[in-house]
Amino acid sequence: MIIQTKEITNKVAQNLIEMNASLSDDMNYMINYANQLEKSETAKNVFKAIQENMRIANKKNRPICQDTGMVVAFVTMGQDVQIQGGGIEEAIQNGVHKGYLEGYLRKSVVDDPIIRNNTEDNTPAVIHYRVVKGDYLKIDLMAKGFGSENTSALKMLKPSDGIEGVKRFILDTIEKGAPNACAPIVIGIGIGGTFEKSALMAKEALLKPLYWHNEKKHFMKLEQELLQEANNMGIGPMGMGGSNTVLGVNILDYPTHIAGLPVAVNICCYVNRHRKVIFSD
Amino acid sequence: MIELLTPINSEKISHLKCGDQIVISGDIYTARDAAHQRMIEDLHNNKKLPFDIHNQIIFYMGPCPAAPGEVIGPAGPTTSHRMDTYTPELLDKGLKGMIGKGNRNQEVINSIIKHHAVYFACIGGTGSLCSERIIQSEIIAYDDLGTEAIRHLKVDDFQVIVAIDSKGNNIYTKGRNDFLNLYRTQEE
Repeated sequence: MIIQTKEITNKVAQNLIEMNASLSDDMNYMINYANQLEKSETAKNVFKAIQENMRIANKKNRPICQDTGMVVAFVTMGQDVQIQGGGIEEAIQNGVHKGYLEGYLRKSVVDDPIIRNNTEDNTPAVIHYRVVKGDYLKIDLMAKGFGSENTSALKMLKPSDGIEGVKRFILDTIEKGAPNACAPIVIGIGIGGTFEKSALMAKEALLKPLYWHNEKKHFMKLEQELLQEANNMGIGPMGMGGSNTVLGVNILDYPTHIAGLPVAVNICCYVNRHRKVIFSD
Repeated sequence: MIELLTPINSEKISHLKCGDQIVISGDIYTARDAAHQRMIEDLHNNKKLPFDIHNQIIFYMGPCPAAPGEVIGPAGPTTSHRMDTYTPELLDKGLKGMIGKGNRNQEVINSIIKHHAVYFACIGGTGSLCSERIIQSEIIAYDDLGTEAIRHLKVDDFQVIVAIDSKGNNIYTKGRNDFLNLYRTQEE
């Protein structure tokens, strides 16, 4: 199929504006469910504010959170697709520019990590590409807030650390990070691969619905144990004490080297914003 | 709900306890990472701060741009601990309150106790709700910083929770411990 860059730009812009104002159904469902399970009075009040804010944002089509994030895009491109009117990279960056200006979203990106001048249109987005068989284009968009991004961590464990070592590192990261990361949080985990592969998997795991599970038994069990043990810590919404610290844990895994056991933990606040943009015949 | 009018002072906040729900009305000022860095540079260069911080409250916040018809765009708190490096020096200069989210380091807590100040937490991620309680907004300094410029805000019944009170009681340790103790007692 032939896709015009203009269509990509417009769809990216529109989806960025919309996803900043309303969460996916699985996120909304889990926030509601967590509120019903909550035992702490303080935490109940936190949930009340969270839900009132969501209602206002949805109604006005305005951002849930003022940190409208740095945009991350995972592009899955069928090798039979033809892009017309320019490059795909440029088309997506233009979509970010358009969406953040026309949607009155916050411009949170600086041009250099040390000099730090604001780029004033929230570009550039971080874009990852994957070429696959087929005749379609999929762009998974995410607006990643940095309160939670800052609490994420990666560690190169030793094979002898095993699944217990993996679990300890993840729980430590959650315990340190949750109060500053706007809990209740969502945890994306990448286990295996190389240094950068584990981090990429952790980010992609945040795109999965909260009801998704890793198909391998030992990782599915680990997802469930992490969810339960993290919530038993009592950190609670906003770190003020309560029964809900984590809404969901998704693990992605990949083969790794005989000498290594990379583990990456990407934390996202409850404002876990992502959308799929699909072009197909 | 306890009502609090700005400016505040040590006496006015001495009865506030960690966990209390407060509504603030009056003038507050915004400053986050870059504005803090500049304020401290100004102090070190013997320049005056852009506003008199004596008995004032700083809100760690950088808003979205206002859409047509809005006073300010969504305007919730940012993570406070990044300001920890700068906070004791501002408290020394008379700053009395801060609004943000998340825990502070021991140095900040000690400085809060020393100056009989207070740290409030606002619920993270509630930008649209917060902006409804802001009735006026004006950039007063560091315009070139965009969302990070210093803004003078007027707020009406702005909801916060006392996170660290003037005695140093801290909701980020107390809230969790209280909850776990209660939960464990119920289990037994």
